[in-house]
Amino acid sequence: MRTIVIEPEYEAWRAAARRLLAQGMAPEEVLWTDDPQEASLFVRETPAAAVQEADAIKVPAAFMDLARSVATHTDARRWGMLYRVLWRLTRGAERHLLSMATDPDVRQLQDWSKAIGRDIHKMHAFVRFRLVGVDTTTGREQFVAWFEPEHRIVRLATPFFEKRFAGMDWSILTPYECAHWDGNRLHFTAGVSRSSAPDEDALDDLWRTYYRNIFNPARVKISAMQSEMPKKYWKNLPEASLIAGLIAESTGRVQGMLETEERAAKPAPNNTYLKSLHAMNQTEAAAQNHESDPA
Amino acid sequence: MMDITRKLEILADAAKYDASCASSGAARKDSRGSNGVGSTGGAGICHSYTPDGRCVSLLKVLMTNACLYDCHYCINRRSSNVTRARFTPDEVVQLTLDFYKRNYIEGLFLSSGIIRSADHTMELVIEVARKLREVHQFRGYIHLKTIPEASQALIALAGRYADRISINVELPSQQSLNTLAPEKNLARTESAMGHIRGKIDERYAEKRKPDAPKPPPFATGQSTQMLVGADASTDAVILGCADKLYTAHRLRRVYYSAFSPIPEPSAILPLKAPPLIREHRLYQADWLLRFYDFKVEEIASANAPNLDLALDPKLSWALRNRATFPVDVNKAPRELLLRIPGLGVRNVERIVRARRYTGLRLADLIRLRLQMKKLLPFITAVDHHPAKLGLDSDSLRARFLPPPEQLEINFDAPPTPAMSDFLSVRSGEL
Ligand code: SF4
Repeated sequence: MRTIVIEPEYEAWRAAARRLLAQGMAPEEVLWTDDPQEASLFVRETPAAAVQEADAIKVPAAFMDLARSVATHTDARRWGMLYRVLWRLTRGAERHLLSMATDPDVRQLQDWSKAIGRDIHKMHAFVRFRLVGVDTTTGREQFVAWFEPEHRIVRLATPFFEKRFAGMDWSILTPYECAHWDGNRLHFTAGVSRSSAPDEDALDDLWRTYYRNIFNPARVKISAMQSEMPKKYWKNLPEASLIAGLIAESTGRVQGMLETEERAAKPAPNNTYLKSLHAMNQTEAAAQNHESDPA
Repeated sequence: MMDITRKLEILADAAKYDASCASSGAARKDSRGSNGVGSTGGAGICHSYTPDGRCVSLLKVLMTNACLYDCHYCINRRSSNVTRARFTPDEVVQLTLDFYKRNYIEGLFLSSGIIRSADHTMELVIEVARKLREVHQFRGYIHLKTIPEASQALIALAGRYADRISINVELPSQQSLNTLAPEKNLARTESAMGHIRGKIDERYAEKRKPDAPKPPPFATGQSTQMLVGADASTDAVILGCADKLYTAHRLRRVYYSAFSPIPEPSAILPLKAPPLIREHRLYQADWLLRFYDFKVEEIASANAPNLDLALDPKLSWALRNRATFPVDVNKAPRELLLRIPGLGVRNVERIVRARRYTGLRLADLIRLRLQMKKLLPFITAVDHHPAKLGLDSDSLRARFLPPPEQLEINFDAPPTPAMSDFLSVRSGEL
């Protein structure tokens, strides 16, 4: 049995996996950990200790995608599972393995990857930038956001923000890693605490005005809202403070509509365009009647 | 003078009855190398959800809620006593940019009540889009509502700035329009859609020729909305109209919007509870038309023109066509797998791939997290051979009646994108 302690990153796993595969270490003989507590108990193996450089190992591109994504998951079993599937794809001669969504190992990797995809998607959706100032030399606006992803996805999720917000300076702060963009370079620093990020933006009130008014009280569907916007995100969304009130007053608002006196139709105003429209409608109706006339 | 908050209250409230929220399907573009912001081309993102379960993706507002028309389902019609307001183009531009930079939205969905004339109104709407694109280099999503009677030149201009343009059909027959929306005309709407389709097709055709000059930019798609429950149209009529629009004018989406109470009821159209389940069933039926190769007559026919509200339309079809089942998941062609209740497009693909290497058993299907209870009577697998579907129709139907809360599924939400949208792997080498 060998214990492999690695940095919790895809590259570290990849380097170790290559070496182990070259040495023919079966998955059952390897214990993986990225727990720093456990790490102190073992001698850390570095890639430099590799006996010989392995020949390039061919694996399906789809596996690389999957591994890069799963590597950011917080489940401690992911390294071992990735190695086992890698082993089966190569040494196990199951090259078609990834086509088998019914295989328990593949299924597990796909589930993890799906959770990562969802986490990234929610980060793209629910990050809220707050304006903190304007760079006096470049004139660029500077924004800061706070977000708490479930997994270690900052590096996978931030290229999207670079493309979308190229014209402004921004930082996205999270508890374990922060991303920064200055117009030239995307770079990363260590995580910070919530208090480092601003709480409010001057526009939040206007945004809440929009949210309140785009809501239709006649079709409340709370479960549909919550399945897409789970409560755990609410504390960082400026609009979420309105939700309880909107739900509470919806029945009364609809009741009010039902009790409102029905408005009679007003005559058409004197408008040239409207007159031409009505004339056009009449000609078309007449033409249609004529067409369906059997005579 | 009304302040911007008051205007936003009125003009967002006036826009909320339009169900469209999509921000997907745009051409790929982003803000790199510019001083602006904005990107499109991915799956589209819902930045928030309101307690009605609807996605908030775009800043959806009207330019003005003053309107010459008198559509009786609409809060903005000229007979309504609602407070009127009007944005200036600059106000909408500023709101869009401010909201976008805070990552509240994917872009703008701009519509308007019709004032003075169709062309005048279109010009106002286009001016906002032009400023966003040309003055501010905005590359986010823009959806513009167009008016069928506007000049073709203006529709072409709208399409040049917008990612999507739309004209609402609202009601599926001219008789219904005559009563409820006397200014609107179905034939003119369809002819404008045909014109837009021509422009969209041109854009794609030109793009394919390698040495042809770059085609003028144009929106990548058009969509529409139909109201459900405001008139007496059956589901067969509604779906027939949708199907015609999908085939004749290649619409990206038809939205179905349950007619819901408004604060300014019309004497011609009394208020009632919005038919939400019917709306949901229509979306499911629409899915079957677009992705499962169903024909309208198979879902809603002259004999049974309305969808069963208690069961999804695919299950209903299967119960009416029992002789087709059970289907062998290990041998049946893809088209037949797509007909199995409880089996979606993705899982059909998974089954087709996996069965090349192994005979599928129930345990395999359970691992795909399929809805086994729904599936079992309709399939055979290596270790599963159900009795022929001999149960009489009522008891078999009763078996599938779901508890009511399962009916709440959000069809407006775009699917979560696959990992491949975020990663690009250059080689398959470890
Ligand atoms: S044209 Fe009809 S639907 Fe559109 S805003 Fe005017 S009244 Fe409402």
